[in-house]
Amino acid sequence: MQVFDLEAQGLRELNATLHAQSTDTNQTAWEIVNPKGSHAIAVGLDAPIEVNVKGSTGYYCAGMNKQATVHVHGSAGPGVAENMMSGTVVIEGDASQYAGATGNGGTLVIKGNASSRCGISMKGIDIIVHGNIGHMSAFMAQSGNLVVCGNAGDALGDSLYEARLFVRGSVKSLGADCVEKEMRPEHLTLLADLLERGGCDAKPEEFKRYGSARKLYNFNIDNAY
Amino acid sequence: MCGIVGLFLKDKSLEPRLGDLMTDMLITMTDRGPDSAGIAIYAGGANGNAKLTVQSDTPEVDFAGLDAILNEALSTTTAMTIKDTHAVLEIQGAQLDAARAVLAEKRPKIRIMSRGESLEIYKEVGLPKDVADRFDLRGMSGSHGIGHTRMATESAVTTMGAHPFNTGLDQCLVHNGSLSNHNSLRRKLRREGVHIETENDTEVGAAYLTWKMREGATLGQALESSLDDLDGFFTFVVGTKDGFGVVRDPIACKPAVMAETDQYVAFGSEYRALVSLPGIDDARVWEPEPATVYFWSHTTAPTAHEKAA
Repeated sequence: MQVFDLEAQGLRELNATLHAQSTDTNQTAWEIVNPKGSHAIAVGLDAPIEVNVKGSTGYYCAGMNKQATVHVHGSAGPGVAENMMSGTVVIEGDASQYAGATGNGGTLVIKGNASSRCGISMKGIDIIVHGNIGHMSAFMAQSGNLVVCGNAGDALGDSLYEARLFVRGSVKSLGADCVEKEMRPEHLTLLADLLERGGCDAKPEEFKRYGSARKLYNFNIDNAY
Repeated sequence: MCGIVGLFLKDKSLEPRLGDLMTDMLITMTDRGPDSAGIAIYAGGANGNAKLTVQSDTPEVDFAGLDAILNEALSTTTAMTIKDTHAVLEIQGAQLDAARAVLAEKRPKIRIMSRGESLEIYKEVGLPKDVADRFDLRGMSGSHGIGHTRMATESAVTTMGAHPFNTGLDQCLVHNGSLSNHNSLRRKLRREGVHIETENDTEVGAAYLTWKMREGATLGQALESSLDDLDGFFTFVVGTKDGFGVVRDPIACKPAVMAETDQYVAFGSEYRALVSLPGIDDARVWEPEPATVYFWSHTTAPTAHEKAA
């Protein structure tokens, strides 16, 4: 295992070193010590490596991730796993605002709570939150799945497109054009897989599904001049 | 963008280190606010005296013999401590307004930074580490304090545009964000007779709180009504004689992290501002909720009042 001391060696050196790993690298296990809330830790990775960050991170940790597994043993600041393409990001603690924003693919697991705007404009990522999520989560979410084992804040799924939202607890309020939908067998199957991937101790039957009423974004000929 | 830090000590044994701890927090927030910095520190008090912290761009002229001038005009004994461009004048509490009148007449270039029993505000233009050095912030002790690093967006980079802003006796405000209705609100507050010196948006926020409290509101009530009357983005931290308060606007896009241990409650715009505090690895760390007014105080239990967004 490679150990990288962020305080001693610096952020540019860290990301350059991780970027230098090719898809067939033998150095697949990395540990980053002394993150101390630094910004942009392990961004833009594109190799099947596993990076363990031993502490809390600042803005944009694991942004644009491809292939890699980034595991934060602490809490993450704003914009964690922003625009992730593939791979896995796991946060042991809480995640700040806009976790997983605009994510195209991959899996983001947050074992604590996520703050406001979780999954805003998500485009295919799967986000699994063990705790609660804040207001305006999944705003304009286009595709992918957001699973919340706790409660959701105000305006969940405002202006939603085709992302699926599963919430076990309460929803403080639904955003414009977001409605509760029937949980069909295929959704229970999908959710069972998501809960297993997220390591959640929860049953699919305990959740409600929310999605777009499709009244806001569809072109409606009756509105044409 | 700006940086905010705050530290409220529960453990008295940390009080001699307050300035040192807060200086590290402030310097870490330099890249959120490199153009000016300021700190409000609460120390001493409770002896019937009041502290007037004043500033001058020409301290060698304006502070020369200032204590003697006050002593003569007020027939009293003034203790003056000069720190770079600032001076703390300790006078009898009852003579606070009279002292301000004397300053306005005899030394009109002097600006009042703060007034109160225990509050002292120091702020200047420059990198946070340079501002901290000028005032020897590291050497200061106290029970609690709040600090700010400024990246100006709404008005000029000047001493008077820097934070914290004094809102009343022993009260002050720092702000991260931008208020969009500050021009109309400034006009309204000036009609009400509230003195507003600059074109700065935060000064209007501070004047708004001052005005609300003048009209009879408590600080908590004033903060709650700010959620209705201030338009824009804000994370506010307010300092009070015995603690501090936090409120974020309902959108809450300006960051805020809190940490609490048996020894302290700390605020930072980012977690990295808190990493050098003792015991931070075992602290309870969380983000304050939007549209919710929080207070921590030495005299009462912590409170959080949610106001519907």
